[in-house]
Amino acid sequence: MNKSASQSQARDDAFVRFENVQKSYDGEVLVVKDLNVDIAEGEFLTMLGPSGSGKTTSLMMLAGFEPATHGEIYLAGESINNVPPNKRGIGMVFQNYALFPHMTVAENLAFPLKVRRMGRADIEERVQRALDMVELPQMGGRRPAQLSGGQQQRVAVARALVFEPKLVLMDEPLGALDKQLREQMQYEIKHIHENLGVTVVYVTHDQTEALTMSDRVAVFEDGVIQQLSAPDELYERPQNSFVAQFIGENNKFDGTVSAISNDSCTVELNGGGTVQAARVGDLVGQGDRTTLSLRPERVEIAPKNGALPNVLTGEIIELIYLGDHIRTRMRVAGNEEFIVKVPNSADHVPLAEGAKVNVGWKTEDCRALDPL
Amino acid sequence: MSDATLDMPVGGTAQRAGNEPLVAADGTPLKQKLAQTTRRMKLRALMLTMPLVLFVLIAFVAPIGDMLFRSLYNPTGSNVVPAFAEAIQQWDGQDLPSEETVKIFVEDLAKARRSREIGRTVGNLATRLNYELPGYRSLVTKTARRAARITEGPYKEALFAIDKRWEERIVWTTLQRITKDYTLAFYLAATDRKYDADGSIVQADELYRIYVPILWKTIWVSALITALCFIIAYPVSYLLSTLPLRISNLLMILVLLPFWTSLLVRTSAWIAMLQTEGVVNNIFVYLGIITDESRIQMIYNLQGTIIAMVHILLPFMILPLYSVMKTIPPSYMRAARSMGASGTYAFMRVYFPQTVPGIAAGTLLVFILAIGYYITPALVGGNDGLLISNLIADHIKKTLNWSLGAALGTILLVVVLVFYWLYNKLVGVDNLKFG
Amino acid sequence: MKLKNMLLGTVFGAAVAFGATAAMADGHAKELTVVSWGGAYTKSQVEAYHKPFIEETGIQIKSEDYNGGIAEIKAQVEAGNVTWDIVDVELSDAVRACDEGLIEPLDPSILPAGADGTPAQEDFLEGTLHECAVANIVWSTIFSYDTTKITGDVPTTMADFFNTEKWPGKRGLRKGAKVNLEFALIADGVPAAEVYDVLATPEGVDRAFAKLDTIKDDVVWWEAGAQPPQLLADGEVLMTTAYNGRIFNAVAGEGKPFEIVWDGQVWDLDLWVIPKGAKNKEAAMEFLKFSTATEQLAAQASYISYGPARKSSAPLVGKFHNADIDMGPQMPTAPENLTNAVQNNFEFWADNADQLNERFNAWLAG
Repeated sequence: MNKSASQSQARDDAFVRFENVQKSYDGEVLVVKDLNVDIAEGEFLTMLGPSGSGKTTSLMMLAGFEPATHGEIYLAGESINNVPPNKRGIGMVFQNYALFPHMTVAENLAFPLKVRRMGRADIEERVQRALDMVELPQMGGRRPAQLSGGQQQRVAVARALVFEPKLVLMDEPLGALDKQLREQMQYEIKHIHENLGVTVVYVTHDQTEALTMSDRVAVFEDGVIQQLSAPDELYERPQNSFVAQFIGENNKFDGTVSAISNDSCTVELNGGGTVQAARVGDLVGQGDRTTLSLRPERVEIAPKNGALPNVLTGEIIELIYLGDHIRTRMRVAGNEEFIVKVPNSADHVPLAEGAKVNVGWKTEDCRALDPL
Repeated sequence: MSDATLDMPVGGTAQRAGNEPLVAADGTPLKQKLAQTTRRMKLRALMLTMPLVLFVLIAFVAPIGDMLFRSLYNPTGSNVVPAFAEAIQQWDGQDLPSEETVKIFVEDLAKARRSREIGRTVGNLATRLNYELPGYRSLVTKTARRAARITEGPYKEALFAIDKRWEERIVWTTLQRITKDYTLAFYLAATDRKYDADGSIVQADELYRIYVPILWKTIWVSALITALCFIIAYPVSYLLSTLPLRISNLLMILVLLPFWTSLLVRTSAWIAMLQTEGVVNNIFVYLGIITDESRIQMIYNLQGTIIAMVHILLPFMILPLYSVMKTIPPSYMRAARSMGASGTYAFMRVYFPQTVPGIAAGTLLVFILAIGYYITPALVGGNDGLLISNLIADHIKKTLNWSLGAALGTILLVVVLVFYWLYNKLVGVDNLKFG
Repeated sequence: MKLKNMLLGTVFGAAVAFGATAAMADGHAKELTVVSWGGAYTKSQVEAYHKPFIEETGIQIKSEDYNGGIAEIKAQVEAGNVTWDIVDVELSDAVRACDEGLIEPLDPSILPAGADGTPAQEDFLEGTLHECAVANIVWSTIFSYDTTKITGDVPTTMADFFNTEKWPGKRGLRKGAKVNLEFALIADGVPAAEVYDVLATPEGVDRAFAKLDTIKDDVVWWEAGAQPPQLLADGEVLMTTAYNGRIFNAVAGEGKPFEIVWDGQVWDLDLWVIPKGAKNKEAAMEFLKFSTATEQLAAQASYISYGPARKSSAPLVGKFHNADIDMGPQMPTAPENLTNAVQNNFEFWADNADQLNERFNAWLAG
């Protein structure tokens, strides 16, 4: 197969496809720089990023509320650039739920069905089914304002699904909920997605949410997707420093690459010391400056001699007791924000502030990324 | 919910036995204790509102009460001819009053002639009689000038000699009625009716019926102005509420600018615009739409009144609409669109219903302001653009028939209250949003 | 507590402020408030009365304008706060205000004799002295047109004013029943002397309104005396009724090409009255005596074409103050202007004004 053939193949395969999409509001700044994403049918894809990174704009272009300045967006193989939002058949859940305050819950749910001129009996049945699905069977007669935040959230989800769209967009739908409810809703949405097999594009700035729910996560920054991977991949093998910093907790060292081999390299740390780190593609070469990324839970405290290739000495600055683990902040090679999560096991090393201990890690857990 | 939590004993420290009231730590009942502690706060709040309460009482409640009172109470008759006022009440209304009663009348009139006290002069009685029997003013003043010279009977004949009209029974039945302090005559006049010689109520002659037709006209003109304001204000408010704040603030100033300009200046500006030699007509002539001879009369008539009033009252419609629209996030329309609704359908079913509180407030505000508007119709109303308030002003300022003005004012007030009541029934006052 | 002090302070401060204003008002007690109709008319009074009066007595004069009627006088007198000291009113209003005890009675014997020695009571024209009022001028409502707009065949009679077939165009009329009904009857052929006899009958009123009906659609209504010359100048109307002095001043003072038609004129009096309880009654009486003296009345006539109420003033009336125009023929009382003229019947209007205005308003709105 030649290259062009494979491309058209991809277009046919992808349920949603962004092709070279650019967006500018004012003609001066590109909010979305060059977006190319394929989303498979039934996939749960999350667009994650800080505010202003272009993720919501991308979602609005997909929904049809913002026109793309350049490029094409395809849905089920058809370009939808010139299709108005009401003809796209996309369900949407909004950040503030956008439940119509002058209608009851049942009327809200019936809205998309009425628009489609369904029969009264049909509408009633579907509305009830949707209410059952979100476990609010008795709430049809209430007004949105009479519901709790979590209940409103469920209604909003039910309303986006009641007309059985193939694609549902969710714009930070859990942002207004408290932590506990948010976690509960994450699972519920995930289950609904699994049960219905609907394609979901989900926007959030909350990385936990993204990791919990998604098949794949697209990390946005500055109008560009920094990395598009499955959650474990994203966390364990970040492709650049931004992703490493943005997803999860991260210890970092600045240094210079002094030697490279096949899949690892030797880095002279700016704060003193030399360590071995995993290479990430051709991101850094010999003599380049680099930032090393190391997850706190991959650091072993006071390792046995010779057990780990990288060992540095650090000083404990602060200890925070967190029940299941002890969060230990240390000064290591000049980095005062070096965090180690010490499991609160029965036989963990005794820790004291001011004490000097060795820390060590495996070469593959420490990734040499682009310098920050 | 909160009440329930308040009543609940916390952590079981305050145990409640049976129905005994809760007591505070020092043994006084809790309710009493609470009242004590909040009394000072309430007093202070009351003190703060006192200036406003007093202001409303003095500047609003008292004058309206006075107006209601004046429309019913007019003691001119008994003030000017007090003895006669008592004597005439004995008359049965047949033929003419007795010689004795007429004697008292002549004596009272002679006394009143010497009075220079406000409200107790012959002129006051003459004016009062003239309200009900137009053209009979001079009958009283003329007779009073000569009353002192009538020193002996027969008194009736003496009056007949002065003016034949004293032989008319309606003069005496009217005098009998207007020497009572309380009267419905002004409400009758305000509804184009009057008493006939027998004291029964009849419609005024068709050529003199003015108040009821003008009141109806005022109502429909106000409704029309309200409708026009709504039609113009709705898209403007929508635009204002959707534009970026920087631009919408600028436009808002343009909306409010007329607010900060003197009413007189604005109305005069419309005169300059619309008069037959005015800007609009000149442009039409210049463009060749009309010829110089067929300039259009756009002001000094009802049309001019409506144009100027719509302009002046427009901000009262825009402001509540804007404030309501501002609170409707764009996501509602987007949600509706995403669910398959066309723009029109989404607007009609989702956006419009949510603006109803603003529409209700704006229309109520504009309608009530319009129905009592005075200065603009007075300036540009011309022949057919006069409204009920202009007639009220006429009676307060020109004819000095304050009682009739008060009766008309009261009727206008009742009309407004009826509309307010209707509104409350239809929309619910709690649903109004003024901004 | 702080708040209470603040409130007390505010009330006290306000009281002091009010007190101060009141005190200041007392301090200026020697300022006389003279109220008149504004525009060219007030200007003529300022020149002929106010200025010489101030010079002679040292009493300052504050001139205020109003639009006629006795509403303000009534309101001031009833509220017991009379700020006007002397007011220029129409006859029917003077009669009514007097009847209702709103103005001070005046003894004509205090008025100075004429310049030729005639006692005041004989010097004043008949009917110009009233028990509460003293007339200063005779004025008139006439109709006028722009000679540059109407050329060739010009209107000369009141009937011409109503003839919109021969002279198509807008007509200016004062908004109200008074004078318009008289004009309508004269235009309809009623002799001037019989106008009020006809108007006293219901048929006569119907006849007047029927005549007004014929031009109703062409009428532009005016209210203030300054409006008609402006309407004529702007071309808003082809002909308009007006106070003769206003038209004269537009012609003589501003060179406007207006022509007065005297046929069917309705003349009336303006009189000085002193509201009951006027703060400067003494000074007002002085002003009244001063301004109605022979010389002053004659002097006013050189500023506006209103006739002096004293016979002795007539020979002294000369030319317009800044143009070579003989004032005599411009007066409503000039014999050639009185050939078909009506004197306003104050008693008729005192009796019927309310009712006829009501009908007029109904007619206007219908």
